[in-house]
Amino acid sequence: MAAHSAVFSVSKILTSFRGGHLGNTAKVFGTTVTSQRNKAVLTPPPAKYGGRHTVTLIPGDGIGPELLGHVREVFRFSCVPVDFEVVNVNSALETEVDINNAITAIRRNGVALKGNIETKHTMPPSVKSRNNVLRTSLDLYANVMHCQSLPGVQTRHKNIDIMIIRENTEGEYSSLEHESVSGVVESLKIITRNNSLRIADYAFRLAREKGRRRVTAVHKANIMKLGDGLFLQCCREVASGYPDITFDSMIVDNTTMQLVSKPQQFDVMVMPNLYGNVVSNVCAGLVGGPGLVPGANYGRDYAVFETATRNTGKSIADRNIANPTAMLLASCMMLDHLKLFDYASSIRNAVLTTMNETRLHTADIGGQGTTSEVVQSVMRIIQSKGQLTAEL
Amino acid sequence: MSRSSPILRPSFSMQTVTLIPGDGIGPEISTAVMKIFEAAKAPIRWEERNVTAIKGPGGKWMIPPDAKESMDRSKIGLKGPLKTPIAAGHPSMNLLLRKTFDLYANVRPCISIEGYKTPYTDVNLVTIRENTEGEYSGIEHVIVDGVVQSIKLITEEASRRIAEYAFEYARNNQRNSVTAVHKANIMRMSDGLFLRKCREVAENYKDIKFTEMYLDTVCLNMVQDPTQFDVLVMPNLYGDILSDLCAGLIGGLGVTPSGNIGANGVAIFESVHGTAPDIAGLDMANPTALLLSAVMMLRHMGLHDHAHKIQMACFDTIRDKKVLTKDLGGNSKCSEFTAEICRRVQDLE
Repeated sequence: MAAHSAVFSVSKILTSFRGGHLGNTAKVFGTTVTSQRNKAVLTPPPAKYGGRHTVTLIPGDGIGPELLGHVREVFRFSCVPVDFEVVNVNSALETEVDINNAITAIRRNGVALKGNIETKHTMPPSVKSRNNVLRTSLDLYANVMHCQSLPGVQTRHKNIDIMIIRENTEGEYSSLEHESVSGVVESLKIITRNNSLRIADYAFRLAREKGRRRVTAVHKANIMKLGDGLFLQCCREVASGYPDITFDSMIVDNTTMQLVSKPQQFDVMVMPNLYGNVVSNVCAGLVGGPGLVPGANYGRDYAVFETATRNTGKSIADRNIANPTAMLLASCMMLDHLKLFDYASSIRNAVLTTMNETRLHTADIGGQGTTSEVVQSVMRIIQSKGQLTAEL
Repeated sequence: MSRSSPILRPSFSMQTVTLIPGDGIGPEISTAVMKIFEAAKAPIRWEERNVTAIKGPGGKWMIPPDAKESMDRSKIGLKGPLKTPIAAGHPSMNLLLRKTFDLYANVRPCISIEGYKTPYTDVNLVTIRENTEGEYSGIEHVIVDGVVQSIKLITEEASRRIAEYAFEYARNNQRNSVTAVHKANIMRMSDGLFLRKCREVAENYKDIKFTEMYLDTVCLNMVQDPTQFDVLVMPNLYGDILSDLCAGLIGGLGVTPSGNIGANGVAIFESVHGTAPDIAGLDMANPTALLLSAVMMLRHMGLHDHAHKIQMACFDTIRDKKVLTKDLGGNSKCSEFTAEICRRVQDLE
């Protein structure tokens, strides 16, 4: 526990600099020390207390609570040795107490599963997006999303298999804005060499680990010559250390055009924050929608799993029509991370098998099934494989 | 189509349009468009001008004065693709034109072309992009070595102007709704200001439905079901990405028209594809993009009959699939494609 509180106080000192221009230089110095650690996948904390892991659970708003409830149901049913520590974050409050509690819990447990926390515009601009605060405080610098065409889902494009690695902490999401003159607002987009090198390194390591052949950097360096130019330069530097992997680059508007006409040409893509937002949503739409794709946020010390497109889904909340696939697959990614591979594959296979029975599609992919029907089917398939399960 | 009323002249009197053929395939597609307009007997007199940048007094780069004078006089321009030289020392030509005439709105109607199959059918939307500020202000600094800051500028004036243009366009073109695209959950102050201005302007246009949507939600929904969108208005960067995304839905830049509206009633319509130097001069180019932009121009000038005739002739030719250029899947020459459209236009008389 002493080590944990030491880490906590050091990071508090670093975060207090965030307000001024020194904010990022402090972060830069902070990360130079850690850049020695070159692991694409970090080691999870060892399971204590009888081989059971504790994972922080943040229900969030909209469809988050109900989907995470289903995840817990499936876990309990499959006797997965994971206990959830639930931390609620109330998006209606202006104080930071809730989100700080959540961050502390994640620091303690190392791993989290979360729903999206809504950001209300009616609040003053000083109230930042809670999801963003979580990502930057825990330095979850890599957002990884794997978009694959599923055989049971009808889409316009087939055979898509794209991994998207998005820088998750800086870029346009620096939340540094000011109104210097009345009616004129400036918003700062920050690109740093360290973070660009870090994300490029992550992308190439992951590509090599998964046996992928090509990494494409997405940018707008013809317009933002210094900012995206720096990002591109860092990618090129890292690429030179991986001669077995082809590296090319593409401008973001051309990328979106190519994605809607010929998405099969892409393999692994790496990009700064905002373009990542656009490209990941386009790709999620191409493979069937927000209900199908899981996403993961990795940092040096922590990992947080959620749906890839981070939707709150307020309009479909509590109506039993949301698609649980993305959240269930995200929980499987989490189990893989905790090295509970057998449980992960069992649940994942059950989810994918359910996908292929067209009758059990939810409304977002053109079916008429309810959320609970899909979850029941998943649990039935797990039971039929003969593993230890609780009562159905 | 623009805020100022279209030039009110009886339709039989000739109107002058400044034509900028451009580079690469520019001259051949401009000739194609002129031929088709002649066949349609459109009352247009073309004034050809070159816009290669020259250094003016004081060392500032500017477009040639005769080009500027012609444009100020005629107020309407049609432009082919311009080459962007890498190390010529001057800013891109498009940027120069934009600054000279304060072209603040970029309008791209994206309508599915029957006969040119893409995975998306029934696309019928318009993207209106703020073209002067936002992320493309070009203000960047190196704070310390290894840390770069780019400034995104959003002003009340520019946001109000583009929102008003969007609603006027929707009203004049019988569109039902305008959607503001933003990321105000992350960029609270800048996109928040843009959104506020859109809301204020929407108050004066109660006949048009106004909605707001996050950029990521728009992207997600756009690739699943583009029919739910009508008119989209947004700041510069999102507009750049979304307008190209929508162009990709209907078949790419080779078939997408585009118009730039300026502050003093100036409007320049252009094709947004590149100069294609590899096929320049080989009679292989596809003039559709420039032709559809010219049709947009005719509508802007109030010449709806001619616009309709030429557009129908073009779409019929593509739908028939007998005479198509290489990029559309055929193997006819540009001149043959043009001749076919001219023939159809004359048949429609």
